[in-house]
Amino acid sequence: MEDKKVKGRLQSPEERITNFNEVEYGFNDEEALAEASRCLHCKVPRCVEGCPVNIMIPEFIAHIKDGDIKAAYEVISRSSSLPAICGRVCPQEKQCEAMCVKGIKGDAISIGSLERYVADQALINNFNATKKIEQNGKRIAIVGSGPAGLTCAGDLAKAGYDVTIFEILHKAGGVLTYGIPEFRLPKDIVAKEVKSLKKLGVRINTNVPIGNAITLNDLQKEYDAVFVGSGAGLPKFMGIPGEDANEVFSANEILTRINLMGAYKDTSKTPIKNLKKAYVIGGGNVAMDAVRSLKRLGVDAHLMYRRSEEELPARKMEVEHAKDEGIVFDVLTNPVRILTDENNSVIGMEVVNMVLGEAGEDGRRSVTEDEKSLHKVDCDMVVMALGTSPNHEALKGSDINLSDRGLIVVEGTKTSLDNVYAGGDAVTGAATVILAMEAGKKAAKEIIDNLK
Amino acid sequence: MYKVHYNKQISPDSYEMLIEAPLAVKRAIPGQFVIVMTKEDSERIPLTIYDYDKEKGLLWIIYQVIGASTEELSHVKDEIFSVVGPLGNGNEICSDPESFKGKRICYVAGGVGIAPVYPQVKFLHDNGFDVDVIYGSRNKELLLIRDKIEAVAHNITYTTDDGSFGTKGFVTTVLEENINNYDIVVAIGPIIMMKNVAEVTRKHNVKTIVSMNPLMVDGSGMCGACRCEVDGKPKFACIHGPEFDGHKIDFDLALKRMKIYQEEEKIKWDQMKALLAKEEA
Repeated sequence: MEDKKVKGRLQSPEERITNFNEVEYGFNDEEALAEASRCLHCKVPRCVEGCPVNIMIPEFIAHIKDGDIKAAYEVISRSSSLPAICGRVCPQEKQCEAMCVKGIKGDAISIGSLERYVADQALINNFNATKKIEQNGKRIAIVGSGPAGLTCAGDLAKAGYDVTIFEILHKAGGVLTYGIPEFRLPKDIVAKEVKSLKKLGVRINTNVPIGNAITLNDLQKEYDAVFVGSGAGLPKFMGIPGEDANEVFSANEILTRINLMGAYKDTSKTPIKNLKKAYVIGGGNVAMDAVRSLKRLGVDAHLMYRRSEEELPARKMEVEHAKDEGIVFDVLTNPVRILTDENNSVIGMEVVNMVLGEAGEDGRRSVTEDEKSLHKVDCDMVVMALGTSPNHEALKGSDINLSDRGLIVVEGTKTSLDNVYAGGDAVTGAATVILAMEAGKKAAKEIIDNLK
Repeated sequence: MYKVHYNKQISPDSYEMLIEAPLAVKRAIPGQFVIVMTKEDSERIPLTIYDYDKEKGLLWIIYQVIGASTEELSHVKDEIFSVVGPLGNGNEICSDPESFKGKRICYVAGGVGIAPVYPQVKFLHDNGFDVDVIYGSRNKELLLIRDKIEAVAHNITYTTDDGSFGTKGFVTTVLEENINNYDIVVAIGPIIMMKNVAEVTRKHNVKTIVSMNPLMVDGSGMCGACRCEVDGKPKFACIHGPEFDGHKIDFDLALKRMKIYQEEEKIKWDQMKALLAKEEA
């Protein structure tokens, strides 16, 4: 058996920086079959342990080999409510694929690409994995329609619960809708996954600001249980001089304008600044999404990160894609001041080089400024992608316990309030889509156990 | 979709709209705002709540046509795509009227700023406060909802820049002449007016609340577009405001940040006018 994986086809970098279409085409039937055939079907499948939602990976891959994609979909659906999304945005290289024994000597199985293949086929062919559901008459409220809320809703609906999701925005999906760009996660895929949840009976009430229109206490009284998956929160800024300049944006703002409001389209009614040269400050997935989006708008897009390339927290694949697209990486550099003209417009930045030190307790290497290296760079836009701090709007009027960092305190997924559960970024701080899904899944299980 | 009962022009550049939006008004406190979208692909427009009927689930808004999105909104007939609210925090006095009993309060409104001022004055009137109002605009035609505000204000003084109604001149002149009568001033209107009011009240050491209306996208604290500098620190108008201490706001910065999309706005407004003309032809 060949030890090299089947390479997925991509839009060429030259082509894709001119559009917002998905970068990866996804496997066709032959490619999926060839890749599935590489699986060894280990007796003790370590990949399953590596999957936060424990999809029975060898089992679904075996069905692909047999050409029974519907059966493969049913296997995945037992564990995941949103496979077309996970297949695209999970960091598989750190999870299932990292555990694959094939990876020891050669390439790991491309489990993510196979999952995406099965999920896309299911959406195209309208596979229905759910058997008839016996309603149990219990009502659950979910705050937020992001990955945690959607996953929790899916599992509860499948178990017969009457689920209502409350979403403050006009569209469901949370970060899947406003945050992750079209070229990584097409919005019609998100819409289809949301639609299949609705088919399970899940209601999604958009335009409801929990905390202001309805409080957590109201929900507690009206429902048998409540799950809070309200997401990460307020974008952080650096606190350096000049940061209030007109063309300093949070990555969230840029992404929301582009993804939620469609500002990349000529016909969009929501504007986005179309400038010449932008620096995105940060090194995570959000920074990658923002810098690659700006590139597609024709901006000379740079990424500035204070540590070295090795420490970039973003997925390797996204970093590679960004580089192929011509994004300039200015690593070991950090801004200390944003320079503006008399109109408060950005004209550049003062930056310093950074020196890496020893690894700290958290395993991340410390950095110090080399003050002698202070120099100027030109730009007319700066985008901060520095993570978030907690947002308590949804919790207004409740006395739910919060940690020192302002995050919701949970035991398992139970909060300090009776019958109120929480998970995702509201509990962990900014993390990943799959971790939010895992939390949603755990909460669903706890809710089911506790309501028995 | 949200049912629109009417959407009528009330001055050369302003409209009043009545929408069925029970959730947005059920727990609304004067000072909070809503975000409306005309169509699914429209911009999100933040507007302070002007009036409400909690029992009937009715929401009134007043808006000025100042660009593409408000132009589009002014053409709405029977329904609009989305209304979300209430957002932000209620006015400090209206949120806790008991602790302001006995305080002498003056509201200063400029132009369409009377729309957010009205529900506060009405609420305080209903709660036994005698509240004075100074309301100014460029000319008589641009003074809105005079009947409604007169019914709830204790004393009302109008000013117009051209003297076509009330006192000729600015609200700040009238305020300064009477400043010793007041313990608290709430000013809502154009940034430059709020800035001038805050300068007057600072001199006389009178507590001042202003309502900021910066650029905004989601209105839930997620994007930070609406950040204002308060006491040297960035605050988000959507969740920390929209009302702030008028003596701590950096108004000059707010004025500059309002102009971020000025060029884009001009182009989009022309495009919108053409689009609406085509749709209605």
